[in-house]
Amino acid sequence: MATEDTGKEAAIPFEGKRRKVSSHPSQNEALIFEKSSPGKRAYRLPPLDVPEADPSALLGTSARQDPGMLPELSEIEIVRHFTRLSTWNYSIDLGMYPLGSCTMKYNPRVNEFVSRLEGIAEAHPYQPESLSQGALGILHLLERCLLEITGMDAITLQPAAGAHGEFTGILLARAYHQAQGDPRHRILIPDSAHGTNPATAALCGYEVENLRSNSLGMVDLAELEHLVTGDTAALMLTNPSTIGVFESEIHKIADILHAKGALLYMDGANMNALVGKTRPGDFGVDVMHLNLHKTFSTPHGGGGPGSGPVAAKKILEPFLPTPVVVEGPRGEDGRATLRLDYDRPRTIGRVRAFYGNFGMFVRALAYILANGPDGLRQTTEDAVLNANYLRSKLEDLYELPYKTPTLHEVVFSDRRQAQKGVRTGDIAKRLIDYGFHPYTTSFPIIVPGALMIEPTESESREELDLFIDAMRQIAREAQENPELVLTAPHSTRVSRLDEVAAARKPMLRYMPPDGAVGQ
Amino acid sequence: MAYPASYRYTREHEWIEVQGKTGKVGITDHAQESLGDIVFVELPQPGSKVEQGKVFGSVESVKAVSELFSPVTGTVLEVNKELETSPEKINKDAHSAWMLKLEISDPAGLDRLLTADQYEAYVKEETA
Amino acid sequence: MRYLPKSPSERSEMLQEIGVRSIDDLFSTIPGEYRLNHDLEVPPQRGEQEIVEYFRQEAARNATGYTSFLGAGAYRHYRPVVIDALAQRGEFLTSYTPYQAEISQGTLQAIFEFQTMICELTGMEIANASMYDGSTAAAEAAAMARRITGRHHVLAAATLHPEYREVLTTYARQQRHDGAATGADASGAGALPYDANGRLDLAALEQRLDGQTACVLVQSPNFFGVVEDIPAIAELAHKHGALLVVSIAEALSLGVVRPPREADVVAMEAQSFGVALSYGGPYCGVIAAKEKYLRQMPGRLAGQTRDAEGRRGFVLTLATREQHIRREKATSNICTNQALVALMATIFLTVYGRQGIRELAVQNLSKAHYAARRFSEAGAEVLFAGAPRFHEFVLRTPEPPEQMNERLLEKKIIGGLPLGRWYPELGNASLWCVTELNTAAEIESATGLFRHAREGILTRA
Repeated sequence: MATEDTGKEAAIPFEGKRRKVSSHPSQNEALIFEKSSPGKRAYRLPPLDVPEADPSALLGTSARQDPGMLPELSEIEIVRHFTRLSTWNYSIDLGMYPLGSCTMKYNPRVNEFVSRLEGIAEAHPYQPESLSQGALGILHLLERCLLEITGMDAITLQPAAGAHGEFTGILLARAYHQAQGDPRHRILIPDSAHGTNPATAALCGYEVENLRSNSLGMVDLAELEHLVTGDTAALMLTNPSTIGVFESEIHKIADILHAKGALLYMDGANMNALVGKTRPGDFGVDVMHLNLHKTFSTPHGGGGPGSGPVAAKKILEPFLPTPVVVEGPRGEDGRATLRLDYDRPRTIGRVRAFYGNFGMFVRALAYILANGPDGLRQTTEDAVLNANYLRSKLEDLYELPYKTPTLHEVVFSDRRQAQKGVRTGDIAKRLIDYGFHPYTTSFPIIVPGALMIEPTESESREELDLFIDAMRQIAREAQENPELVLTAPHSTRVSRLDEVAAARKPMLRYMPPDGAVGQ
Repeated sequence: MAYPASYRYTREHEWIEVQGKTGKVGITDHAQESLGDIVFVELPQPGSKVEQGKVFGSVESVKAVSELFSPVTGTVLEVNKELETSPEKINKDAHSAWMLKLEISDPAGLDRLLTADQYEAYVKEETA
Repeated sequence: MRYLPKSPSERSEMLQEIGVRSIDDLFSTIPGEYRLNHDLEVPPQRGEQEIVEYFRQEAARNATGYTSFLGAGAYRHYRPVVIDALAQRGEFLTSYTPYQAEISQGTLQAIFEFQTMICELTGMEIANASMYDGSTAAAEAAAMARRITGRHHVLAAATLHPEYREVLTTYARQQRHDGAATGADASGAGALPYDANGRLDLAALEQRLDGQTACVLVQSPNFFGVVEDIPAIAELAHKHGALLVVSIAEALSLGVVRPPREADVVAMEAQSFGVALSYGGPYCGVIAAKEKYLRQMPGRLAGQTRDAEGRRGFVLTLATREQHIRREKATSNICTNQALVALMATIFLTVYGRQGIRELAVQNLSKAHYAARRFSEAGAEVLFAGAPRFHEFVLRTPEPPEQMNERLLEKKIIGGLPLGRWYPELGNASLWCVTELNTAAEIESATGLFRHAREGILTRA
């Protein structure tokens, strides 16, 4: 039994092997504006080697008189400010981040290194194609790898994030139906879907039709057959689903849709459960997006940048956003010259300026190269192994609403703990005291009080066991001392924050005490 | 909290207090209770038309949005500006925190609403 | 595989504890006919040294060691080294969206600081936590204007970045505003014309505004580098009940150019603030607006609040606008921001600060005007010479710019961006950008080569 405690809480003896954390002080730090004082500086520009212009003379009434309230500090203060802020964050580098559906896996540092190589980081999007063959080569190789991994025929890397990829994918479907002279108006979305799916469909002007899940949390084929009509443009399906279950009848789902001329869109949020084991292109998917920040290890960065490539079947290729990378004649080194093709009359148009989040392509490709085919498959297997290990070690204490075999994540419910008034959000907050980031709470909405746990392949058995001990301890606390859980976290620099006040009287920027803001 | 006997109620948890040809509309105490702390109310412009059973606005808590359904058909005469800055008034006293004043164009529609007793029974049934 | 923290024996022990015989048992729900029974055909596993070598080779096939005069929505500026040193801290790099406020205060406070700085720079009252990029921010701002006004038409200027205009068209067309986004045609047809100074043609704008116009969308400095007359445009738009959306592709311009305070919404690209060019992304879009439009603003927002003990803290707030709650009724389907890139911008703005941003902007202004003058003296025609400009200018040359650029490349100079693809009416025009990274000597060698070439052409003629 471990003996460390976290101070003020009236602890129940910790029964796990070893507690992952003990408290240590974190430094207080004001807002950057509160630390500023006039005349301090952290920069020195080279001397101006041309005559200095007079902004008022050149810009007239468009000249700015006051630069606004930007801070003035020295370099050491800036370094300390942001370093101190950083210590207030949890991160993958500190430990397990079991957020279901978010796939918080290790972000390899070599990815960061290569993305900052001079010829890559300083490549201008409009530099001549003859001087962009390296960048185009990276784009092209990543495209080919992603097509092989998904089993699809055509791809665009342009979308800037998963939701942006969904938008692009649905536009492809729409363009396809329009080209058939058959514009359709409805999109089917299971009730277990991510919120982005219905938001995307609506954004594209579609009527959203809800598809109820069956008692196993999967697509109800009879219901699907009943709902699909000649007006259905597509079904947006997450596979494996948001409860981590593979839709075993996926081919039947595809057949039902295709028989009515509708398309199967796959939300690739959970592709990390499939890589190297099966391919969406083989099981009937027509169009899908990938999240490079989930499956391919690009960092989440506190909420972005993401990247959401869209892969599609041949029938959708003419509609891809412009430009697309195409191979030209072979050069002296035997490599094909690559160029950007803008001449695509049936394109849906651009979804973003330039070619997408190129820096993320570099990282994703570095990850694929580090893995190779065997590593990619082993990664998928370890992710599934970890999720099932957690499931087997926790299902005696936490309710498992769907008993179907799970792949990369497991969804429990708080039904038992709720009898003591302890809900999923409380258990999640208590995890923080044990040195873990919370799992995903209250999603998917088909599971009331959901605890959605995705360990990813990046966790060692040791870290998993620490997590299991923490979850088991919290289950005991919920029975014996629910107050301890309800008021968690107890170890953080701030306790639960007043979100109601934040929403009622929004304060979205710093206001100096004297009210002197801007010009 | 008791449901005023002079009000009429919808199954979507709005109330209406009728005075002649006009009515004041709000949400019930049961509704505010289940929504939790209300942080924002979205209401229509005066002069716009509302239709019985159709959405006229929404109320938001921190993590949920609920639509508001009009108890009757009519025209919006006035909206309660106070709720823009102080939505918490709904949590404090839902039955006096009115949202809309309406000119009722179809008084017969009132007959389709619930009385206080009927509404109370309906809530009991729904929460059981 | 070096990223996987398990030994073979640990794997088999875990399988035993789960109660299955082999890993394939855990994949039994995948029908046999769809199970992949061979290796994926991707390159073989490589060690770190080989990965670095591969990318070094690719990097060497890009332009390195060139002097560049390219801008057009992606700007070359010096990036202070503390930006990467701080942004690469694992606590920033490898954390998730700060939904769990108690253990995300670092990211949340940094976003709050970012929002404040963006408000100060743009003259707006509120700013979000960032968007994908400047082009999508412009499209989202147009959609926001449609929601606010209940009108459908967007009048976009022909001098809005052509790729932004294409994105605007894609968004508008697919939201069934066909024929409504009249100003946003990718070819430029229907866009609001520019006048002889390269500025928005106000008479044409007045003619086109009507009761259907949701917003006027202009970029300033515009695609030609020309600063627009924002107060005059705002007055016309507002007279017709339309909003003014100002797109800013070069955020650094705000160091010397007065902020578009008369605008209702500002859609900005903040790449210039310490974000690497990186062949076009990731960049940092952001939307700022008047406070009264808060509820219609897309994207994440960090807000200040207090905890139970009264300590200041920050949370993501007003989430009810977003997709995970409103689903099909959300203001946008946007689900990420560019937190890490916004952090870089925040650090950049802190390093330069109140004085430095202005000083840096003045250097850009000075160098660009010097370069334009030198080109003019060398016999090139600087178009729209009478208009206020920041650090870009349009040159018209006797020969096609592609041809001129070929010769410049021989001297390791990347010339301006040829504009024929988008603005054929301008003839042999190219867009040049001069920043603090271009030295007087580089400007001299570019103008010198031009003079030389021109004399060659004149001699031949």
